[in-house]
Amino acid sequence: MTSRRAVARRKVHARPPVVVIPLAAAAVAFLAIPFIALLQRAPWSDLRDLIGRPVVTDALRLSLTSAFSATGIALVLGIPLAWVLARTEFPGRPLARALVLLPMVLPPVVGGAALLFAFGRRGLFGGPIYDSTGFLLPFSIWGVIAASTFVAMPFLVITVESGLRASDPRYEDAAATLGASRWTIFRRITLPHATPSILAGAVLCWARALGEFGATVTFAGNLQGRTQTMPLAVFLALESDRDAAIALSLVLIAVSLAVLLPLRDRWLAV
Amino acid sequence: MTLRSMRLLAAISAPLLLAACGSDDDSTSGTTTTTGAEQQLEGGITVFAAASLTDAFDEVGAAFEAANPGTTVEFNLAASSALREQIIAGAPADVFASANTSNMDRVVEAGDASDPATFVENQLQIAVPPGNSAGVTGLADFANAALLIGLCAEEVPCGEFGREALTNAGVTPSIDTNEPDVRSLLTKIEADELDAGIVYVTDVQSAGDAVEGIDIPAEDNVTATYPIAALTDAGNSEVAAAFVAFVLSDEGQVILTSYGFDSA
Repeated sequence: MTSRRAVARRKVHARPPVVVIPLAAAAVAFLAIPFIALLQRAPWSDLRDLIGRPVVTDALRLSLTSAFSATGIALVLGIPLAWVLARTEFPGRPLARALVLLPMVLPPVVGGAALLFAFGRRGLFGGPIYDSTGFLLPFSIWGVIAASTFVAMPFLVITVESGLRASDPRYEDAAATLGASRWTIFRRITLPHATPSILAGAVLCWARALGEFGATVTFAGNLQGRTQTMPLAVFLALESDRDAAIALSLVLIAVSLAVLLPLRDRWLAV
Repeated sequence: MTLRSMRLLAAISAPLLLAACGSDDDSTSGTTTTTGAEQQLEGGITVFAAASLTDAFDEVGAAFEAANPGTTVEFNLAASSALREQIIAGAPADVFASANTSNMDRVVEAGDASDPATFVENQLQIAVPPGNSAGVTGLADFANAALLIGLCAEEVPCGEFGREALTNAGVTPSIDTNEPDVRSLLTKIEADELDAGIVYVTDVQSAGDAVEGIDIPAEDNVTATYPIAALTDAGNSEVAAAFVAFVLSDEGQVILTSYGFDSA
């Protein structure tokens, strides 16, 4: 691990070719200018009043809960899936890989409608569950988490899969010849080697879940304190109160930076 | 710049939400009468119209083009609030048709339009899934916490009017979701994932068999008025004025009322 990161550091300090610098600067400018414009339009004097409203605190709580829950579920289900896709051969593998990409290319509202047809109270799977237990995914935080997981998990899966592909399988082979069980190899060799990609995948997944809008509103609905996440609150605020919408966006940006910046050094190591 | 992109976002996401239920009716009219076309009109105009006018204006536009050969009408259909923001930001529009007066008023205040005319009215109706398995009979059922109830969010006109009707009926609703627009509310009712919601009469009519409508008593109901105006900076002000006149004419009104709107 340490040696890997040292290699990455050296790369960061390398002198880039001349042509790279203006292009990189253009990329930074393109990404930075909208945020600067947002800051410039921000209602600074009313900011404290705007972000202290219950609608904001409720939405922030729901957004963080659902983004972290979705990331947790994606880690538990996504790492095994990434391992299967990276390390095994089976007839349905191309199909499985395509399925993983599907939520990334599908418009999220379509994903939300598909979730509704699958897990709604009249849905393919949701119907029998609702009829026997009365449990309902839509219009609850569970629906928000399900929608976020659906759209965000692919980011973790493909990142971890490519990390696993890049790692040297000879370490695992060596451990196997020394008599380690498959579970021990997975736990002691595979996972530690994949840690940078797992972290990067988790960060991407979390960020995607935090910004999720279309699938959430279509599948889980929109109710303050129950299903209204920050992006939904921003979208509706935009209809009536632009200052509130900008204030909400600033909160979302601040929270994202607070979570992402401490991890920055780690994802640079990927 | 960011504001513009946020407006763009709103403009993009509205049709996306619409796409989820996609109920396009590509009917065209063969009418060839030439009402009020005294001078020869030609050229194209862009009409910014509320999303609830989608089907009706499709036919109105075709009838206008048929009555005025040489003219073309293109539509930009989105939430009235999103259109308002685009127009104030200088989008190239010739006519604005809004689903409520407040968005039109903002455009007039900004100096982008003057003398708007009300061209149709729309009433509210309760929409329930086919079969009405929850047995909804009226607004009073909206207080039943055991039912799954949806409204439009109060930030959009249908949500504002729906709440007004509930207040008129003295009902405090037990809401399960505040949908960002009327089409997204209808999608959930059509899928039988909600027991009832309040939408426009025209929405129930265009949904066909996908939902059932339950009338709201006149004393509780709320009338939405739709204003239309040619814009001050219209690129083709003659055609823009003619289109507005056509919408207000008998021929235009007949088409609009066939979609469930009330003549103003």
